[in-house]
Amino acid sequence: MIETLLTPLHYDYMLKAIFVSGLIGGVCAFLSCFITLKGWSLMGDALSHSVVPGVAIAYALGWPFAAGAFGTGLLAAVGMAFVKAKTRLREDAVIGIVFTAFFALGLFMISLNPSSVNLRTIVFGNMLGISTPDVWQMVIISAVTLGVLAVKWRDLLLFCFDANQARAMGLNVTGLHYTLLTLLSATAVAALQTVGACLVVAMLVTPGATAYLLTDRFGKMIVIASSLGVGTSLVGAYASYFFDGSTGGCIVTLQTLLFLLAFIFAPKHGIRARRRAAAAAI
Amino acid sequence: MNTIAKPIDVSITDVTVSYPNGNVALRDMTFRLEGGSICALVGVNGSGKSTLFKAIMGFVKPTRGGVLIGGLPVQAALKKNLVAYVPQSEEVDWTFPVSVWDVVLMGRYGYMGLLRIPRAEDRRVAEESLTRVDMLEFRDRQIGELSGGQKKRVFLARALAQQSRVILLDEPFTGVDVKTELTIIELLRSLREEGHLMLVSTHNLGSVPEFCDQVVLINRTVLAVGPTEEVFTQENLVQAFGGVLRHFHFDESTVQKHDGKAVTLLTDDERPLVFGKGGHLEYSRREGKESVVERRAEEDDDQ
Repeated sequence: MIETLLTPLHYDYMLKAIFVSGLIGGVCAFLSCFITLKGWSLMGDALSHSVVPGVAIAYALGWPFAAGAFGTGLLAAVGMAFVKAKTRLREDAVIGIVFTAFFALGLFMISLNPSSVNLRTIVFGNMLGISTPDVWQMVIISAVTLGVLAVKWRDLLLFCFDANQARAMGLNVTGLHYTLLTLLSATAVAALQTVGACLVVAMLVTPGATAYLLTDRFGKMIVIASSLGVGTSLVGAYASYFFDGSTGGCIVTLQTLLFLLAFIFAPKHGIRARRRAAAAAI
Repeated sequence: MNTIAKPIDVSITDVTVSYPNGNVALRDMTFRLEGGSICALVGVNGSGKSTLFKAIMGFVKPTRGGVLIGGLPVQAALKKNLVAYVPQSEEVDWTFPVSVWDVVLMGRYGYMGLLRIPRAEDRRVAEESLTRVDMLEFRDRQIGELSGGQKKRVFLARALAQQSRVILLDEPFTGVDVKTELTIIELLRSLREEGHLMLVSTHNLGSVPEFCDQVVLINRTVLAVGPTEEVFTQENLVQAFGGVLRHFHFDESTVQKHDGKAVTLLTDDERPLVFGKGGHLEYSRREGKESVVERRAEEDDDQ
């Protein structure tokens, strides 16, 4: 029995996958606290799809995939800001147009040059086939993201909570806006390999949303979300060995299950607690 | 360097703000205010009150003219924590996972280092600010779990913690109970004694003479500025509000001689609700209400 449970840990590729998933899961979860409170969930989804053409270009030119992905991700963000400023369209329409355009371009480029990069890898992730240079890219992205968050999280918190106050205190609000956007793009790129473009947004939203239901303090929210992110990613990657299934699917399903538990049973903001509070009020 | 307390001042010179779509929100606005004053900023909706606030806080750049705070351009003044802002309640996300204490400490960011880790001094000032608005016992509450008046006081405490010489308050009495209104007015008065300059945007005309010593009356430009008793005249207010101001002319209303001076006037800054003698409802126009007038007259005769 124990022998069976330990089998995945005998394989180097499994150990690598579990380690990288845990790292990326933690970083995404940390960032998800800001994304959910700022109302940028859709933006996260958009950026994670917009990196696809960048990956295609990077592979075609032999660059590190993160560089290309990051480039088109930011280009998409700037594009969305530009279209929004210049038209009367609502933000969701602008996001919808821009990110699908980028995604479509990416699919088209990959279909022209199918040998260089596997479409499945980009859209659904391929944790088990991750190469050592890719692992290093992710470790670097994670370290930089965590470093920036460690220094700037209080400023970002005020930016999310009350941008006007941040500006009135002389903080560089535009700088904070682009810092958060850059971190979002960077982690979307890192998570691409773990869970794929389609599911990146789950890693960037679900842990934060779950933690939000469980606490009323931002500090605790970060701790809860990060623990959930690391935990589900480690367990999900490990468990996917036995199911012989998609790592990304496994991780995100676990995260969703935990969200559902919080949604129903959270001590104050769960539906049961709310019903009880409503009944007590009568 | 300059330790002699020079009164703070805000000077607005020829400020014109126009938006990219060609709308001119403010035109050639000029006035100057000095510390030790509570100044009301009065005007109809859309008269540019919030645009003026935005210009003072540097959120919009005047197309022409300039704003100086304590002799400094806006950005430099903000960096020196000269300006604090108390937002309208609608602008705040009350479900945000922060406590009263967190919000007040955020007012100290400008004094903290790069990592914004509060020092003993920051905690002391935050605690003192909460005490001043009588909210210390609520320090660990999540901000959404407070009453309307308490919410307002938390943001007032944040402005106090910022220790700014200029405090901008946007509609501070909207959705606030009478007790909080009195607390706020009391607090503003003591801040005035300390030499602060408060600029209060309000449409609550009735409360202006109560606590404001200065008034800036605007409608896209300055209509009148000066001490309350000089500016707050019927003529000026009619000019500022035009037909928008609600009138209740007793000689045109259903109020009659028998009501004497015993009418009860209830108002929430909209149309006043007027009750005559014995608590019966009065109408602002007699036309169409002849039967009411007659019935009341008969009742009067019976007595």
